[in-house]
Amino acid sequence: MSAAPALCLAGRASIDGAPIFGPVSLEAPAGQWTCLLGPSGVGKSTVLRLLAGLGDGVAFEGEAAAADGAPLRGRVALMAQSDLLMPWLDATANVGLGARLRGELPRPERARWVLGRVGLADHADKRPHALSGGQRQRVALARTLLEDRPVVLLDEPFSALDARSRSLMQDLAAEHLAGRTVLHVTHDAAEAARLGQTVLLMTAEGILSIAPPQTPIPRAPDAPETLEYQGRLMRRLLSAR
Amino acid sequence: MRPVLRIAAITLGGLLVWQALVTLFDLPRFILPGPQLVLTTMWTSRVLIAEHTLVTSAEILLGLALGAGLGFGSAILLAASPLARTILRPVLVFSQAVPVFALAPILTLWMGYGLWSKVAMALLIIYFPVTSAFLDALMRTPPGWLELARVLNATPGRVLWRIKVPAAMPGFASGLRLASVYAPIGAIIGEWVGASQGLGYLMLLANGRAKIDLMFAALIVLAVLTLALHATVDWLCKRVWAA
Repeated sequence: MSAAPALCLAGRASIDGAPIFGPVSLEAPAGQWTCLLGPSGVGKSTVLRLLAGLGDGVAFEGEAAAADGAPLRGRVALMAQSDLLMPWLDATANVGLGARLRGELPRPERARWVLGRVGLADHADKRPHALSGGQRQRVALARTLLEDRPVVLLDEPFSALDARSRSLMQDLAAEHLAGRTVLHVTHDAAEAARLGQTVLLMTAEGILSIAPPQTPIPRAPDAPETLEYQGRLMRRLLSAR
Repeated sequence: MRPVLRIAAITLGGLLVWQALVTLFDLPRFILPGPQLVLTTMWTSRVLIAEHTLVTSAEILLGLALGAGLGFGSAILLAASPLARTILRPVLVFSQAVPVFALAPILTLWMGYGLWSKVAMALLIIYFPVTSAFLDALMRTPPGWLELARVLNATPGRVLWRIKVPAAMPGFASGLRLASVYAPIGAIIGEWVGASQGLGYLMLLANGRAKIDLMFAALIVLAVLTLALHATVDWLCKRVWAA
């Protein structure tokens, strides 16, 4: 993995003339976990898509780039709300999808090793339909880890999971993505309180940084400072327009 | 066993209704022969019917294989190239505006009375459903997968072959299922227009000689053949693509 750059996005975006977000400016510090929290429909996902180079159809005036000036293309991994596993491939082949799509030699032993790291060593030969929602999202995490990219964009990847699986996934992701620049879009104040080393609240008025507790992530969900911070975030989220 | 029992019950019911119609309206055997007579003829003429069934089966299977293969290739070409889509899609639709049945005499003229004019007929009749079902599916790949592929720096050819084609296989399968029912129609029409072998030819011949019992026997064999083909294709599609 090359050195993780900071991410910067500044500007305004619209689709077919309808504004998505006004002039905003955000920075995700290098090698840190940044949560982008906000109510739905405020353009959080568009921010992520612009940084991922998936901004087709979005009229964007401004700049979305890495702070080190090098292009982001090829340095970004993306995890979406849907696990995006191919149902005709087993877990190992799904993890190694990137190599297959680039015409590189697939290295199943590496894919299996990464699957082991996310606790799925016994499920390497299973197809997605034989896995639970939480397991499938772990395969998606393994696919992200195998690509070994310095920037990881997360678009509500845990929001479809039950509370327990979500919490376990948060722990697993925080452990394995440490040291990378992570930008995590979420609408869940509890998730932001557990994972954010920087927490940005995005509302129709703009983007605001709300300093989280100075404890290492993933924070315990029942720690008093996590709960107090989660409450503060929730209040801000509720009062946002 | 239950589907087998159900099919047996439906068959038996059909035979009873048939016999009842013949008895009730006292239909002469040159209008509608009773099931008993038809089944007897089917047995006594079994060698004759089997010979013609073999020919028709070969026409259907060859037409199905070639038409499915050609449809598969065309759909991929059209999916891969926007230029090909712009030029060929209207041509494809226009080709359907010409009734394929009307082409049968021309095909016989060009390809003779043998096997290949019937294969061509079956091929033509299934080419459009297969191509169109597969192409539609190829153009409807879930956008999330394509975005994932872009982030993973995939090459366009590999996106097509490793994501779009496998994702579209259920569409190809539904095209094949349709084709398995259409292909026999093509082969029979080809035989009606001009042939010296096959179940369609046998039906015409029997009709001409007022052997209505033989005609019905051939018709029943053809229906069973089509049902068996459809069931086999359906089973294969489910087996291979779980679709």
